[in-house]
Amino acid sequence: MDHKFEHKFERPLTVAIMALGGQGGGVLTKWLVDIAQSNGYLAQSTYVAGVAQRTGATVYCVELFPEQQVRESGQQPIFTTYPVPGDVDLAVAGEFAETGRAIQKGFVTPNQTTLIASTHRVYSILEKSAMGDGIIDQGPVMEVAAKVAKKFIAFDMEACAESSHSIISAVLLGAIAASRALPFDREAFETAIKAGGRAVQSNLAGFAAGFEAGSQTMAVQGGVKASARQNVAMPVAEGPNGEAILARVREQLPVEVQALAAHGALRALDYQDFKYADLYLDRLDEVIVLERSYPEGTQDYRLSNEVARQLALQMCYEDTIRVAEIKTSGQRMQGVRKHLNVTQQQPAHVVEYFHPRFEELCDTLPQSWGRRMLASQRARSWTRPFLGKGRNITTTSLLGYLQLATLARLKRWRRGTYRFAVQNEHIADWLAHIQAAGDLQLSMAIAQCIGMVRGYGDTYERGLHRYRKILSTAEQLAPEQRAQRIRQLSQAALADEEGKAFTDALKLTEVS
Amino acid sequence: MAERSFKKEVEQLRIGAGEVFNGEGILAVTKALLQSGVAYVGGYQGSPISHLMDVLNDARDVLDELGVHFEASASEAAAAAMGAASVNYPIRGAVTWKSTVGTNVASDALANLASGGVKGGMVVIVGEDYGEGSSIMQERTHAFAMKSQMWLIDPPPHVASIVEAVEHAFELSEASNTPVFLQLRIRSCHVSGSFIASDNKPPPLSLREASENPQRDTSRIVLPPASFLHEQEKVNKRWPAAVEYIRQKGMNKVFGGQVEDLGIIVQGGLYNTLIRTMERLGLADAFGKTRFPIYQLNVPYPLIDEEIESFCAGKQAVLLVEEGQPNYTEQNINSILRQGESSVKLIGKGTFPMAGEYTSEILRKGLISFVSRFEPGWIAPQDPVHSISALVAGLAPNVPPRPPGLCTGCPERPVFTSLKLMQKELGDFHISGDIGCHLFSILPPFNMGNTTMGYGLGTAGASAFNTAGSKKPPISIMGDGGFWHNGLTSGIGNAVFNKNNGLTIVIDNNYAAATGGQDLLSGKNDVRNRSTQHPIEKAVRGIGVGWTRTVKTYDIGKMRATLKEALTTKDTGPKVLVAQSECMLNRQRREKPLVKKEIAAGKRTIQDRFGVDAETCTGDHACIRLSGCPSLTIKPNPDPLKTQPVSYVDNSCVGCGNCGEVAHEAVLCPSFYKGQIVYNPGRLDRLLWALRSRVIGWLQERTERRRLRMA
Repeated sequence: MDHKFEHKFERPLTVAIMALGGQGGGVLTKWLVDIAQSNGYLAQSTYVAGVAQRTGATVYCVELFPEQQVRESGQQPIFTTYPVPGDVDLAVAGEFAETGRAIQKGFVTPNQTTLIASTHRVYSILEKSAMGDGIIDQGPVMEVAAKVAKKFIAFDMEACAESSHSIISAVLLGAIAASRALPFDREAFETAIKAGGRAVQSNLAGFAAGFEAGSQTMAVQGGVKASARQNVAMPVAEGPNGEAILARVREQLPVEVQALAAHGALRALDYQDFKYADLYLDRLDEVIVLERSYPEGTQDYRLSNEVARQLALQMCYEDTIRVAEIKTSGQRMQGVRKHLNVTQQQPAHVVEYFHPRFEELCDTLPQSWGRRMLASQRARSWTRPFLGKGRNITTTSLLGYLQLATLARLKRWRRGTYRFAVQNEHIADWLAHIQAAGDLQLSMAIAQCIGMVRGYGDTYERGLHRYRKILSTAEQLAPEQRAQRIRQLSQAALADEEGKAFTDALKLTEVS
Repeated sequence: MAERSFKKEVEQLRIGAGEVFNGEGILAVTKALLQSGVAYVGGYQGSPISHLMDVLNDARDVLDELGVHFEASASEAAAAAMGAASVNYPIRGAVTWKSTVGTNVASDALANLASGGVKGGMVVIVGEDYGEGSSIMQERTHAFAMKSQMWLIDPPPHVASIVEAVEHAFELSEASNTPVFLQLRIRSCHVSGSFIASDNKPPPLSLREASENPQRDTSRIVLPPASFLHEQEKVNKRWPAAVEYIRQKGMNKVFGGQVEDLGIIVQGGLYNTLIRTMERLGLADAFGKTRFPIYQLNVPYPLIDEEIESFCAGKQAVLLVEEGQPNYTEQNINSILRQGESSVKLIGKGTFPMAGEYTSEILRKGLISFVSRFEPGWIAPQDPVHSISALVAGLAPNVPPRPPGLCTGCPERPVFTSLKLMQKELGDFHISGDIGCHLFSILPPFNMGNTTMGYGLGTAGASAFNTAGSKKPPISIMGDGGFWHNGLTSGIGNAVFNKNNGLTIVIDNNYAAATGGQDLLSGKNDVRNRSTQHPIEKAVRGIGVGWTRTVKTYDIGKMRATLKEALTTKDTGPKVLVAQSECMLNRQRREKPLVKKEIAAGKRTIQDRFGVDAETCTGDHACIRLSGCPSLTIKPNPDPLKTQPVSYVDNSCVGCGNCGEVAHEAVLCPSFYKGQIVYNPGRLDRLLWALRSRVIGWLQERTERRRLRMA
């Protein structure tokens, strides 16, 4: 990385700052203007007020010109109010998707622009509100950025700000100083921070961290999709039963399936008992045999891996017992305290928001009672006063903890519950469909399709209903059409909550 | 208490002649007003001039010292009507608002003011909300200038030029007895820079002296026959006077260039973008020395015929850079040239697009086609952006749109969550939107609202749907800002008088929040020189509404029930639901420092912060679809068996409690929890905590041991 500043002032030097709400774009801009003005430069900044404040994306523009040149020429330079595409010397983005936006706006060009970006993501509402994985892959932005920038500095500034107990704008300023894209040395930057007079110590710390990182980093891979995570590692067993299970996995299962299968089996063990984990592996074995029987061969065991994942999630469905178990576990409490970031002895009460419905109650009852209750309108109306509204349970209070701990103890009777019976019928039926499919594509489509059956309340019922609808719809078609149809419908089922896309997609079959 | 405080900056307003003033455009304008000896200032906030109102508000002491009367007007119409003080007396005044919307509201008063004319200088500073960052319909203030015959100044985005323009505006107004528009484009309002100040002038004639020695002149009152004389006066007296002043003072500027047979006429406000773009094309240098002469049109209305003729004289072609449509200036210049029988080609729209903002990109294309047409030898340099366009185009799917939305912890969010939940039960309703933060409801995740007809017109916008026997009365949204601006009469009063049955939800958050948290009548704070704490529900009952309720917005259960009641009740007449809770942005600004101080001072304090258990989160994100809170986000799923990202509350959470309410009311998953962190715990806190954690810890260890035996 070269360490000299190069820019002949035939025109002003332009800085474009891509800002998000709460990232302190204004603070950063003010710092730059102060630094310039107190170091013999004319500076002009412009922005649009209020947009970033309300979480939209906006652009701050700063332009510099040496006063000396003004004195010599006796003329004033003409500054712009908005960065001119193709004429930006320094582009700064405090979030990675905004880096892409800067490039789109023409603020990054090969022989002129130093690009400084944070690799962390602030997800947009569309990514967040998707029913499944809506995260937009930033890999391509990373590649293009590296190609179109004259110099590209990227690192996780959020992490940097957190570790230095500072703010992103301070880290950005540090990276800017390190990039040498501006004609000022480190001291000039630090003086401006001190002159600012607000949170000087933490800002200096953030600046130093940014300078440090900015001096040695080149592009770090960032913004990778959650679902793109490859090769799951083999888990570790906690006890003898776990060991036994892992042993069986290692001996009997193809190496391609082992990792996910092991995770699944241990989940089943933790969820219920050794027998349940065995059942899981038995069910999986049958699918492995099936996949081997397919002509496509088994180079990667796609089907078996998918089933290993889905089967575990279906078998370890989250009933009130499981939720209570999770909420009361010591590990979880530690996690919560970490999230609240409280000190060792600091009291922090934890209030849980529960809203068990009539259905969840019946789920946890012995099979026959549950079935009868669910059918009875009277039972429904009797219980309404208790189940009509949500309950807040404080798990850090003795009473609250005992309530949930007791519920968690029902685990040993889970096998006898109504939901357990229903769930296992449903799983058996799903596996039967996979077995009966007749070709790998269809088996795979069915295996993936059950992914939409998850969660609680409306989410669970919506998913289950759509899943069944998809399988029954597919069955009306010729076998060779089914796989693709199931995939289409599954996609539509996850497109929107109201089910508009799904109903439209269903209509398609009727006409075809 | 506005979103941004200028308390520190306004100290600069006191500096005297010869000192250097350094600050934003908005601040410079205020200084220029004081240097011009204004006696009164008023206006209505709205981007991009919200900060001008905030600066004036924070400058109260300076204004009082000079005896300047400042009002935060009830509406732009009220502000414009203030101009009446300049009709009979040699008193200078200025008002400001967001345009064109504000000018629409003000135009009745403006037209009357412009008809009778003014004795003292009267300047309307309009924030031209056009192009990037604009939040309104794309129109031009130019039209109002022409129809009411007020002059329009459009200075370059450069602090010194803006100040100069303000001072000229008053002179021009007095020289021609005409109120003057001074147009500031969005980024001009927030452009930083400096200028050499002069002393502030107290008004030569104070408002008090004037009101104690009243003068009247019936020829200035808009009533026949005077009104007919005014029209004659406008064209025979005032117009020539204005032209004379503009020409004499050289308000429009001509910059020479080597190639004399071509030229460019540009609106002052676009001058800088034009020069920087020409620079990219090698047609100008950093100081604005250009290849062709440039006529910088700082006063787009009225045009000065002689100036236009002499600039175009002997030229083969002239390029006109006129942003926005209709192309009034182009039509005007064409008729001037036609009458002068000039042969010069005027090139404007056609080479430039008819509509839309003139960005540097647009200007670049226009300039290239203009120059290469008349100087075939000239070749535009390669555009660096062009060389990478293929790469860049590929990024489209990877850059998510980022529309503005409701802030973290916003009290308006639960209102729309409740509406969404209510509609799940009762089906969809026609929802008439208004202007304000609440209009973000039309964007994801709420996707609600059919129309917006203007500030405070939410209810009026739904009135046609109050059809007899309709099972689904229309729902209207109105902010407290819009309510006091005109909604009380045009919306609620109208609904009472016409016996409408619809429901109006008035969002009552103590401030005009969208425009930057300015105080208003129903604000809860005590505000110096203002009368606040006038409840909206009282006003609504006063105007004749029978069914009114006031509900705290965060109580989603109650809000949802009240909505159902309002929409299903047999009661006739309009229903008004006042949805109340303080704007979180302002609340945090006020409380955060206090809480920090209290914690530092060792005072026992409890802070709420929400969280989500990744283990139980379904990855369905229903919670996000019902909230859209910036602090409620997602992160990759830590579970190797699950692929959907899990919901996650980041550390910007302000603990408003909405997440938990939503989880309860929408019967979502049990993943949400509220942490109540105790700072500086008392002895009892510590004792109880130690006891509980010991017992619970012991129980947890037992369970863990049991678990491990099975593991």
